[in-house]
Amino acid sequence: MQISDIAIQIDRVTRAFDRNRALDEVSVPIRAGEFTVLLGPSGCGKSTLLRLIAGLDTQTDGTILIEGQDMRGTPPGARGLSMVFQSYALFPHLSVRQNILFGLAVRKTSRAVQAERLKRVAEMMGLGPLLDRKPSQLSGGQQQRVALARAVISDRPICLMDEPLSNLDAKLRADMRVELRSIQKQLGLTVVYVTHDQVEAMTMADRIIVMNGGRIEQVGIPEAIYARPETTFTASFIGTPPMNLFPASALFSGPANLTVGIRPEDLHLTDAGPRADLVGVEYLGADRLVAGQINGTPFVLRQPAQSPTPRDRFHIGWSQTAMNAFDATTGKRLHDFDFSSLSPNQKDFDHETA
Amino acid sequence: MMRREWIYAWLLVLPAFVFLITFTHLPAVEALVNSVWTTAKGRRPSMFVGLGNYQKMLQDPIFIKAMINSGLYAALTVPTSIALALAMALLVHRPFKGVAAMRMAYFTPTVLPLVAVANIWLFFYAPGFGLIDQIRQFFGFASANYAGQPDTALYSVAVVTIWKEAGFFMIFFLAALQTVPETLREAAAIEGCSKWTFFRRVTLPLIMPTTLFVSVNAVINAFRLVDHVFVMTKGGPDNASMLLLYYIFETGFRYWDTAYAAALTVVLILILSLAGLGQFYAADKRVHYK
Repeated sequence: MQISDIAIQIDRVTRAFDRNRALDEVSVPIRAGEFTVLLGPSGCGKSTLLRLIAGLDTQTDGTILIEGQDMRGTPPGARGLSMVFQSYALFPHLSVRQNILFGLAVRKTSRAVQAERLKRVAEMMGLGPLLDRKPSQLSGGQQQRVALARAVISDRPICLMDEPLSNLDAKLRADMRVELRSIQKQLGLTVVYVTHDQVEAMTMADRIIVMNGGRIEQVGIPEAIYARPETTFTASFIGTPPMNLFPASALFSGPANLTVGIRPEDLHLTDAGPRADLVGVEYLGADRLVAGQINGTPFVLRQPAQSPTPRDRFHIGWSQTAMNAFDATTGKRLHDFDFSSLSPNQKDFDHETA
Repeated sequence: MMRREWIYAWLLVLPAFVFLITFTHLPAVEALVNSVWTTAKGRRPSMFVGLGNYQKMLQDPIFIKAMINSGLYAALTVPTSIALALAMALLVHRPFKGVAAMRMAYFTPTVLPLVAVANIWLFFYAPGFGLIDQIRQFFGFASANYAGQPDTALYSVAVVTIWKEAGFFMIFFLAALQTVPETLREAAAIEGCSKWTFFRRVTLPLIMPTTLFVSVNAVINAFRLVDHVFVMTKGGPDNASMLLLYYIFETGFRYWDTAYAAALTVVLILILSLAGLGQFYAADKRVHYK
């Protein structure tokens, strides 16, 4: 990877509030022209990281480089980026037109350029007929478009987005996901997008940065994050329902210090294999989620709705390649773990419980 | 059902209504009635004179002086105290170490009784040993009697009003500034908007309703707040600091010409109503209400 491919370089960045570290020595490159999603639960530090990149907050330690330049001391307006806020942050007393042009106006861009760009952006966002309205006269989705238009019109290469879709209803959110992605591609924007919604992350991202507790858990393309989670946190955070995590002893008579992860859709009913007790069944239309328990460990199995519902006790099977091995103590993925070294659990739960 | 709700509603407003009518509306009407009669004297009962009392005003040099003074006084105190209040609110609206003490300091003049502080200000103004005079003399200027000279009396009274009012209005601006969302500031910062531009283009329009509210109150207070005139100048010297309300008091309760005082009161109420209405109409178009 060449240096020029990296739009933003985060290098050992720490942000401490009193004694509490919201970000703890985080390092990650963000590539130019990519849609990067910062994904994690509330309080994981993703918004803090975004605000540091924007310059709305200052890191306690570490460096942030944008286009190779150290951003320490550079005010937000001089960092060459735009930002879309969760609350939209539209100026309530200004019309849609004035809101979109606000940045160009304060930077004293010529009227001709303003008019030309406004025309282009309003057309792209479908805001033409709304230009003279006030934000209070717009729906949530329209307000979001105005906020987006205000970011796009700046013609800055980097766009930061802080949960921009979380105030929209489900239908609109799905539409906006597609639209956001197409705008990003069309303009070749470097987008850094904060969300706690993994569907948004999965559908839009070129690259996902999974965060937890002020640290980065994993960086990768959506497929890799889903298929090969690097930590048990990522495994249990990504996917609805997430990956099942079994202590190895529940499935194998093997080493105790091992956690085995298997996705619900990789489990199936068989005639032989570990025995499980049925806890509940959830019908989802195309699929059915079967909640079960195996030797005290709860798990979920996803099966097509046409398949027969399991009885109170059933056997589960899975393919060798579907297994993920994690160190039970550190939660880290064990690469190249040889599952053939394990022998299936011979313990007879049938007779024990009978 | 409708009727019962109405009875209920009227009963709820009744206590407030009784007080409002007894102490505000009836006296106002009575003042209007009294103003078209003469004051009853021992030998001569009150008699109807129509607009006689009002015609008398036009020939009354003290009334004209009081009107000019009141106008000047309002023009001085209203914009200055509002600007000062806004400036102070901007200074203490973000948290910093000791911000509570600072806010308290700004608010103190409001808490103190005006009559008491008027006496303190009188000391500041006192010629020879007063605070201001001591400073003047230190720099080699001649002694000056601010409150006692006809050409400065009105201004020295106005300064006390500004000092007293600014702290009070600051509270309103402080509350208004707190309602301007922080994300707007951040969105503007991302666009490279300077603090001054943000203040002019966003903060000021957003706190416009408060500015209107404060300015209406300031105008009313400019005509209403005369406690310190009693202490400091008594309208003098030579009516230099005579304000309309103080003149009403003098006419009504010193010379007991209650009919003429009633007519003056009607004029005062008229001015205040017009000022209030005018401000609301004029500002209505420029004010942003959410």
